[in-house]
Amino acid sequence: MPAIPLNKAPQPSKTDPAQIRNFCIIAHIDHGKSTLADRMLGITGVVDARNMREQYLDRMDIERERGITIKSQAVRLPWKSGLDGKEYILNMIDTPGHVDFTYEVSRSLAACEGAILLVDCAQGIEAQTLANLYLAMENDLTIIPVLNKIDLPAAQPDKFAEELAKLVGCKPSDCLRVSGKTGAGVEELLDQIVAQIPAPKGSADAPARALIFDSVYDTYRGVVTYVRVFDGKLSPREQIQMVSTGVRHELLDIGVISPEPVSSAGIGVGEVGYLITGVKDVRLSRVGDTVTSYHNPAKEALAGYKDPRPMVFSGLYPIDGDDYPILRDALDKLQLNDAALVYEPETSVALGFGFRCGFLGLLHMEIVRERLEREFNLSLISTAPNVVYRVFLEDGSEKIVTNPSEYPNGKVARVLEPIVKATILSPSDYIGTIMELCQSRRGTLGGMDYLSEDRVEIRYTLPLAEIVFDFFDQLKSRTKGYASLDYEPIGEAEGDLVKVDILLQGDTVDAFSSIVHRDKSYPYGVMMTTKLRELIPRQQFEVPIQAAIGAKIIARENIRAIRKDVLAKCYGGDITRKRKLLEKQKEGKKRMKMVGKVEVPQEAFIAALSTNSDGESGKTKK
Amino acid sequence: MERPRSSAANALSFYIHIPYCVKRCGYCDFNTYTPQELNSANLSLITTPYIDAVLREIEIAKKRVGAVDVPTIFFGGGTPSLMPSAEITRVISKIRQEFHLEEGAEITLEANPDTLSASYLDELVAAGVNRISLGMQSAVPHVLAALDRTHNPENVERACQLVNDSGIAHLSVDLIYGVPGESIEDWKISYEQALALPIDHISAYALIVETGTKLAARVKRGELKIPPDDETAEKYLIFDEAAEQRGFAWYELSNWAKPGGACRHNITYWNGSQWWGVGPGAHSYFAGKRWWNVKHPNTYQNALTSGKSPEASNELLSEVNKRDEFVMLQIRMSEGISLNDLTQEELARVSKYRDSGHIEGANWDAGHLVLTRTGRLIADRIVREMLV
Repeated sequence: MPAIPLNKAPQPSKTDPAQIRNFCIIAHIDHGKSTLADRMLGITGVVDARNMREQYLDRMDIERERGITIKSQAVRLPWKSGLDGKEYILNMIDTPGHVDFTYEVSRSLAACEGAILLVDCAQGIEAQTLANLYLAMENDLTIIPVLNKIDLPAAQPDKFAEELAKLVGCKPSDCLRVSGKTGAGVEELLDQIVAQIPAPKGSADAPARALIFDSVYDTYRGVVTYVRVFDGKLSPREQIQMVSTGVRHELLDIGVISPEPVSSAGIGVGEVGYLITGVKDVRLSRVGDTVTSYHNPAKEALAGYKDPRPMVFSGLYPIDGDDYPILRDALDKLQLNDAALVYEPETSVALGFGFRCGFLGLLHMEIVRERLEREFNLSLISTAPNVVYRVFLEDGSEKIVTNPSEYPNGKVARVLEPIVKATILSPSDYIGTIMELCQSRRGTLGGMDYLSEDRVEIRYTLPLAEIVFDFFDQLKSRTKGYASLDYEPIGEAEGDLVKVDILLQGDTVDAFSSIVHRDKSYPYGVMMTTKLRELIPRQQFEVPIQAAIGAKIIARENIRAIRKDVLAKCYGGDITRKRKLLEKQKEGKKRMKMVGKVEVPQEAFIAALSTNSDGESGKTKK
Repeated sequence: MERPRSSAANALSFYIHIPYCVKRCGYCDFNTYTPQELNSANLSLITTPYIDAVLREIEIAKKRVGAVDVPTIFFGGGTPSLMPSAEITRVISKIRQEFHLEEGAEITLEANPDTLSASYLDELVAAGVNRISLGMQSAVPHVLAALDRTHNPENVERACQLVNDSGIAHLSVDLIYGVPGESIEDWKISYEQALALPIDHISAYALIVETGTKLAARVKRGELKIPPDDETAEKYLIFDEAAEQRGFAWYELSNWAKPGGACRHNITYWNGSQWWGVGPGAHSYFAGKRWWNVKHPNTYQNALTSGKSPEASNELLSEVNKRDEFVMLQIRMSEGISLNDLTQEELARVSKYRDSGHIEGANWDAGHLVLTRTGRLIADRIVREMLV
């Protein structure tokens, strides 16, 4: 057995960098990364069969249920190579698998010398995997192409070996074939990690420099920071400093994960481990920052640090206004573990007190919302997501707009909106329909390449606003779910944009204001007024619903006054039933919001604010 | 808070449920059964044992409430006129025997206009019946067909004549409007005919499509189309106006009467008085408790035969429940609700309906909330808003 008993394996802080291999696994969400990781934990002996559970490394319930990994982790695996018989330490750094977390992925990649490109050989590579592969190649990582799930009846390893070989620039026969499920080929993969991936390099005598590639809040221990040491060494009780924030901490605990945390005498060059300093807020220990010694600081930070920048904004409101303080506390708590989440209080005439929240992207938004609802038992209404606009007024001043209702009326000289580069992978049958969709969303074709005979990579430049609307759902439904999407922000561009307001009986409903392209303002106005006419019950008076750009009305519908709302019969046997109905309706009334004099049921807001029928983005595995 | 309660605490009205029909009408969700449904060749085999059970329940009522005054009795159904007059007589005699049936008590029986005869009516008069309620529903054949009714419209006039000839003082007919296929013109024909009858009371109900009925199934299948609510509202308004012109004043949302013709029994439901409903599925209200009997006639009879109460379930009304019911029912009546019985918040919430013409302005200024014609049509909404 090539597994080494843990107590006999090379120990942290005393491991020669030449014995270390740092790698990550690049894979799409359901391509079997977690299963392969489980198998590696088993084969290397760090988790015995008795303690094994599925998706061992995925901590949060939501992750396990959705099959996605939000937070990366690093596991130290001792391995005796079957090729040279020597002992090695393999550090497996788990990467988040989603578009919203590109920056986190890039930091995880920066902590590695190599990457396993893991592809389900029944499905082929997906757009996000491709994007991460390119990222890994840019970081000069050694790529080991691996076809997973070779045990599946639908597996087509030969076909996808060709595809991978073309992407990575190797021969199809260089692609390893494994099954995370049965364990087939996994030992060989571990040996190839040792053989192909270079050992880390660094100066043991230089001032310490360690890259933070993840930072997680733990209720009992405070923030747990995951680092990869490039130079020098970090030791317990040492004073450390974060280079970008300048914050100073004492190292209360330092160690490695194997796969549970084990304190160590420190971690040295090339090693990967965790730090605990007692801080309670992940924003004090930011991903991408460099950790150095306070008394012997490094002169230069490691490259690549960026502040997380929210790209998508949405208003979150409690359905029950009394829950506002709970929502505030919940956001405070989530932020301890999510440096990318930003929020500030916001008041909506229609929805009451809530928060305008900024997210990295749509999935990030969904995850936060789901955690708020699940972990804090909140029922929420969220406004339609929007992007950040830079509005230049005619007087030369500039205004940043994160909430459409704050968009200035009139006197706008020009508006800049964020633009992304989108990569779509799809069977070639759908090229036409995808291009049609992208064109209708103000896209500009950047190029197209065939990955194989029948699979194609299409690149478009698109306004992010078009993607956050319902692009992904449209893409999935138009391609029967086969197309995959990745996008990355590439800057800003000027857009011919206008704010469309929706008015109920003359009062603007702030929650429904939206910034849209001028050409789409009319269809948007018609869509919203029609939708609201169906959703809002008739009132005692006639209610006009209007869509307007500034003072100009572009669409109008009418809700006629209600004429009949009474049950004709009420005799002895009807009274109890009727009273119970009334009690139920009284409950329903509490869920009504008043817009001016118009009563709008919560359901109408929820339905009007959802851009698609089922409210799911479809990005997650079900 | 003071609540108007018109009947004394020691009064108890009786509702007697007759759960039998020759045929079930398509819109009806009442607790009624045809002989076939009860596996009986004809009704005569089941009436006597059924009335035996009814008498036993009246005995239970006596034990429960003691000596009370009985101001009204109402035989409803089903089709009470299917009962031989002797059975009706047994019930009234029993009530007279166990309680104090008030002098001039109102005793109503619902009747099918097709089968009424002079001799039957004479026997009812002898038993003490002094009010007949006829199910007319419509005078238009295609509307009756949509309702799945069998009677011939001409029989209604004949039946009214018979009732008048019998010396029964009070006569009511029921109409249903808002039926699939019924035009405004159809409705006018029906109510004009009804209002011209020798009657002192008329009920007009907007059709309610009850789930589980044949009508609901046909609507769901798209065979029948329910007319739009706005049209049904219009029918209410024109009827209310026509009734008023013919000397009928509304006293409850769906009930109109000539002077002295209001149904005292039904008023007990609306003003919070006490009543005992006898028979399967019947509801009762006494001493702050409401209960209802088991639904099936056989289960009902079995319970009573074995000396048990037929009560299926009950509820004790909380103060909030009572208050909700008070508002919900009282607002349906022409006497309305005294503003003193409403809180400042409630008044504030509904005062806009005075401005919009749904609440009578003059009454409001005089301290009473009374709904206008258009207000009655949205009474449930106004109650909801008031009681939030």
